[in-house]
Amino acid sequence: MLPRHRRFLGICLVLLTVGLASFFILKSFQDNLLYYLTPSEVIAGKAPEDREFRIGGLVVTGSFFRQTGSLTSQFVLTDGSASIEVSYKGILPDLFREGQGIIARGKFNSANLFIASEVLAKHDENYMPPEIHAMETSLE
Amino acid sequence: MNFKRIYKYGSPPNYFRLCLKYENWFTVPGFLLIIIGCYGGLFLAPPDYQMGDAFRIIYFHVPSAYLSMSAYAYMALAALVGIVWRSNVAFSVAKSIAPFGASFTFLALVTGMLWGKPMWGTAWVWDARLTSEFILLLLYLGYMLLHASIREQKKADRAASVLAIVGVINLPIIHYSVVWWNTLHQASTISKLSSPSIAGEMLWPLLVMIFGYGFFFWGVICRAGATELLKREKRSNWVKEYVEEHQS
Repeated sequence: MLPRHRRFLGICLVLLTVGLASFFILKSFQDNLLYYLTPSEVIAGKAPEDREFRIGGLVVTGSFFRQTGSLTSQFVLTDGSASIEVSYKGILPDLFREGQGIIARGKFNSANLFIASEVLAKHDENYMPPEIHAMETSLE
Repeated sequence: MNFKRIYKYGSPPNYFRLCLKYENWFTVPGFLLIIIGCYGGLFLAPPDYQMGDAFRIIYFHVPSAYLSMSAYAYMALAALVGIVWRSNVAFSVAKSIAPFGASFTFLALVTGMLWGKPMWGTAWVWDARLTSEFILLLLYLGYMLLHASIREQKKADRAASVLAIVGVINLPIIHYSVVWWNTLHQASTISKLSSPSIAGEMLWPLLVMIFGYGFFFWGVICRAGATELLKREKRSNWVKEYVEEHQS
């Protein structure tokens, strides 16, 4: 075995070991690496009870309303199978609208209303000019 | 395996001459593509249906992010060649890539924050994609720090190279972070197998910018790598000959 073959093999072994180690570390922290839970996961009881967590879902069309003269707004988040009512006091991001993907951070109150302390808009990976979007929605 | 041909072209004097000769073959097309891409992206492409004109930062964010990752792959490959063949040429290429890779990672993070603040409602979250890209910046900085902290050149090269090679594990994590975990960051738009989910008149300036950044990067690396090599080999005969040749 030439010295350079030995060095190459050595590097490969180091890479393999560190790769395997990081695979298992990421695997065991899988739940912590999730940025948000879906409404179905929350209803299945996966959410922590004692601290704040994030819910991600689409804002149900027609569910949004705002109390007159206040910043408090209420809307329903859904993932298609389960939905959760959310209340938030504050300024909503530009991309917030009905049908949009939203991530809300907060806790449930005693009336099972999710009180959000932060609302972020999630953007999808689709980009198109307004005319094409109008055409696509009219086809649906 | 027979590496004789590569050994000949990869010898320090030969590599140095090749770099200086072909440098402009990268920088000139790089600049042209970036100018065309900027014009296409900022003036010709239509605004997005949701984000309006704000989406145009994609033309700087995505190319920077692409380059931050591919530059790391090149750096790690050069480091591997350097370790296996004890090659000064490969080590100087790896070392010269690090600051530029770090710069593009920084650009990707900053443009992402500028984009995230108005659109998501926040400039920074610790989701899997943003965190792993931040770790990439730390890997570049770690490589540079480790290299600078060891006085003996050969030891510094070897130690920093091992760090660079091990850090490659972060690349698939960055790429697949949006698939493996729920993230605030959206999924990939163009690097997926099905057709890209972006309109054609918005896509071409993006591709032009990605290639422009790539060409520009290689042009810069030609120059930076050659300079690094010159510093390392300052006592060798070919450098003396080169200097004498160019003094008159």
